[in-house]
Amino acid sequence: MLGNQSVASRPIESVLSTNKVIRSTYQLLSMTLLFSAFAAYLSIAMQASQGMGLVATIVGIVMLWFVLPRTANSAAGIPVIFAITGLLGFGVGPMVAYYLSVNPSIVMTALGGTGVIFLGLSGYALTTRKDFSFMGGFLMVGLLVIVGAALLNIFMGIPALSLTISAAVIMIMSGFILYETSSIIHGGETNYIMATASLFLSILNIFTSLLHLLGALGGDD
Amino acid sequence: MDWLKIGSAALLIGMLVMIWPRMRHAMKHTPKGTSEDWKSFLIPLIAVVGFVAFLIMMVRG
Repeated sequence: MLGNQSVASRPIESVLSTNKVIRSTYQLLSMTLLFSAFAAYLSIAMQASQGMGLVATIVGIVMLWFVLPRTANSAAGIPVIFAITGLLGFGVGPMVAYYLSVNPSIVMTALGGTGVIFLGLSGYALTTRKDFSFMGGFLMVGLLVIVGAALLNIFMGIPALSLTISAAVIMIMSGFILYETSSIIHGGETNYIMATASLFLSILNIFTSLLHLLGALGGDD
Repeated sequence: MDWLKIGSAALLIGMLVMIWPRMRHAMKHTPKGTSEDWKSFLIPLIAVVGFVAFLIMMVRG
């Protein structure tokens, strides 16, 4: 009898644990997004140059690669994730300032659009509870191709390629939102700090790419 | 070439170096998706494409 109870309670424990990861991830994600928006505001108020933005982004990415994986399983992971999201938000500041000076409605549209895309995709993954783990390889190859194309375009400077990259980033990052959310639901991702970092990056990349697309195709870039 | 381009290129090269082993690992360990699985991925993706097109049209007025 006791054995039966143990077997029966295991899935419930697993579901509770999954729900806890989801709740903690979305709580931390909303806080880091607010903090990142504040950092972007500071960057705009300080009239930070593109160079300062790039340095902040590089420091943020380096912390994401080398510091976060070592601290994500401890309490130190919280200040680290805030530092990373703050630096990445600060890095986006000069770009947002540029589009605000050209057409503020584009920034608002990109912000709202990013919110709708994220909530829609997360809602889809959470309600259907589909397992998107099969997309892992496809998404990583897509990411590699995008980064390679972006590297090439730094030297070639082809506007059409730049727009294509932005469109592809939106697609791939949408896939990453489905993949990460599904990974949390199915127990593949149990660390809410790492899950937050992944979802934050997807949201930030969708926002900047959408801003670029709307700025260019809206006729004001 | 200005240092902004050099810095951006260095960041992207670093990304390629970091992504490469993860991509190889993902390629080896990712389960194969059925046509049903891919359909469930394409539906939200098409919705995103449509939504972005709508936003572009909205901004163009």
